[in-house]
Amino acid sequence: MGKALRYLALAGYIVFLAFPLVWLLSTALKLPQELASLHPTWIPRAPTLTNFTDAFGEQDLVGSGLRSLVVAVACAVLTVILALPAAYALARYRSLVNRIAIGWVLVSQVFPFILIIIPLFMVLRRLDLVNTLPGLTVVHVTFVLPFALWMLQGYVRAVPRELEEAAAVDGAGRIRSLVSVVAPLLAPGVVATLLFAFISSWNEFLFALIVLKDPDVATLPLTLVKFTGAEGVVRLGPLAAASLLATIPSLLFFAVIQRRLKSGLMAGAVKG
Amino acid sequence: MRMRTAVAASLLVLAAGCASESPAAAPDEPVTIKFQSLAWQKESIAANKELVAEWNKANPKIQVEYIQGSWDNVNDQLVTSFEAGDPPDVIHDDSPALSGFANRGYLLDVKDKIPAELKSDIPQPAWDTVTFGDGKGGQGVYGVPFLQESQVTIANKKLLEAADVRIPTPDSPWTWDEFAEISKKLTKGDTYGVAWPMKSPVNKVLNLSLNFAGTFFQTDGAGKTTVKVGAEEREVLQRIHDQLYKDKSADPSALGMGSADPLPGFYAGKYAMLPAGVYLRQQVVEQAPDGFEWITLPPLKGVSSEQGAVSQTLSVAADSKYPEQSLKFISFFLNGANQVKLAKGDWLLPTSVKAAADPAMTVEENGWNVATASAKSLVVAPFLKVNGFDEWKSKVATPTLQQYFADKITIDEVAKKLVDEGNQVLERYNK
Repeated sequence: MGKALRYLALAGYIVFLAFPLVWLLSTALKLPQELASLHPTWIPRAPTLTNFTDAFGEQDLVGSGLRSLVVAVACAVLTVILALPAAYALARYRSLVNRIAIGWVLVSQVFPFILIIIPLFMVLRRLDLVNTLPGLTVVHVTFVLPFALWMLQGYVRAVPRELEEAAAVDGAGRIRSLVSVVAPLLAPGVVATLLFAFISSWNEFLFALIVLKDPDVATLPLTLVKFTGAEGVVRLGPLAAASLLATIPSLLFFAVIQRRLKSGLMAGAVKG
Repeated sequence: MRMRTAVAASLLVLAAGCASESPAAAPDEPVTIKFQSLAWQKESIAANKELVAEWNKANPKIQVEYIQGSWDNVNDQLVTSFEAGDPPDVIHDDSPALSGFANRGYLLDVKDKIPAELKSDIPQPAWDTVTFGDGKGGQGVYGVPFLQESQVTIANKKLLEAADVRIPTPDSPWTWDEFAEISKKLTKGDTYGVAWPMKSPVNKVLNLSLNFAGTFFQTDGAGKTTVKVGAEEREVLQRIHDQLYKDKSADPSALGMGSADPLPGFYAGKYAMLPAGVYLRQQVVEQAPDGFEWITLPPLKGVSSEQGAVSQTLSVAADSKYPEQSLKFISFFLNGANQVKLAKGDWLLPTSVKAAADPAMTVEENGWNVATASAKSLVVAPFLKVNGFDEWKSKVATPTLQQYFADKITIDEVAKKLVDEGNQVLERYNK
């Protein structure tokens, strides 16, 4: 009975999580008449691909999707590369400077992100990076980095210091100890940080709007918003179709990376 | 949105001047001008692209690059482009946005540059919607107005016929009193006579208040603008409120909706009538279930049928390296025949006299005859010229009107708030 209840709760949770995606799919396959019905249906009465053909025909979804993918992957990788050593130092070495640094990371989250665009934009102009994907990547890394650092230093803290000490006793040097002992245990944290950075960048709209003015470099959120008109009127069908496609890279990225998340949890924890 | 605009503007002021100058093309060299359009409906995008392709084919030396912007964020995006020194050459926007841009010197004054044929084809009231101060004490024309919106009423034809009410015509519209009576008559069982979607109530109320000569703003001899809420301004407010709470002929649950949100209820017979912009007819044509019969009713009449006009516009950026070429393109793009295509694509009203006379604009099908005739009611919206209107609207008028329509404050309190708090806002702009 207990087991049945657990499965029921799990099924309920899965339904809850899947609801937006299923609803998006259902909306994307409906004709305008059905979308405007007071009595919404789960299964489209007359499924159509018109919304998909309209969305693809009118907007450069593939191009902007690819550009978003490049920026999001670059942002995720750069964020982790930059945050990991800093997080290790913050977690392992206790000093006044470190405490102040951690405090500053937290305080930086209090300010609206929009404030950092001012110095960033000036720097980007000087480097001729406005209207470029590298420029947008720099901006995204900057706004993702503080929280990623905070996340990662928590994961580093969770790795027992004694494991590194034991490795040292076994004759491992500092680098060997980091690579063979600490890194596998940190893998879930790194994966989670990659996911966080990827999704933050993938969905980001405001900075992209400000940094990218040329339609040839527009990212996906900038393209999706073109299905909205004046006074908040939305072309729901094509927007749902385009949004559905926009979720696929995130899902694929998560599907690929979540295996690492699981394997990372197991690896390196047992000293053989 | 407002914060974004402010921040974007401030940051880019800092960055201005860094923009690199590229040399202008020699006289005979082909040039490419950038045209940012805000077309978003399928037919409208198609019409825009078709006209650009037609122009490019006929004008190899002036090529137009079509760029699609979005109504949702165009002004944020334009501010950054203007400040960074690389705006599109030809800019699609609406007239309320032009005032601030003109004041800051972002747009070219096209007053003496518009070809005579185009100028005479568009009536003066439409030109008035794009005439603004230049920020230096002068006045200029900062765009070419080409599409306008009026408020009509979209009605369920079967319910009107069943109630045996008089169907109004452009020559004999309903008065507000008649409208109220008919709304009551149409309210039966689960059906309300009317739905007033008031998520963004200010422009709708201010535009309709001109029916009773309500202007909401007055400017004294010294040029100081203040808010005015007298008997004229109270009329439309009070009448809508009465429909909601006295006559109970308007559905209160529609109040929080945006313009298109009541449509599903309208198709389902929950409301018999929907006051709306003419563009909403497109949604009805696209979405209405088979067999649903509807009709477009002309603007209501108070002491007049006048409504505030807001135009969609094409402007030339002050920083454009090709202003002459841009104006040539605009003249082609907005000629009478092309305005017909654009108006049909967007389901709006052309400003062009020639376009308005085109048979396609006067057919009965989908209410085009009524919609086109309603353009005669349009006069320049007084608020369009008020410096500080945007802030008054968002900080004072929107919350106040929403409270009133939710029956939380009285009309006297509305008047006091709009005037007292509004004048505090305008004071800063009057300096």
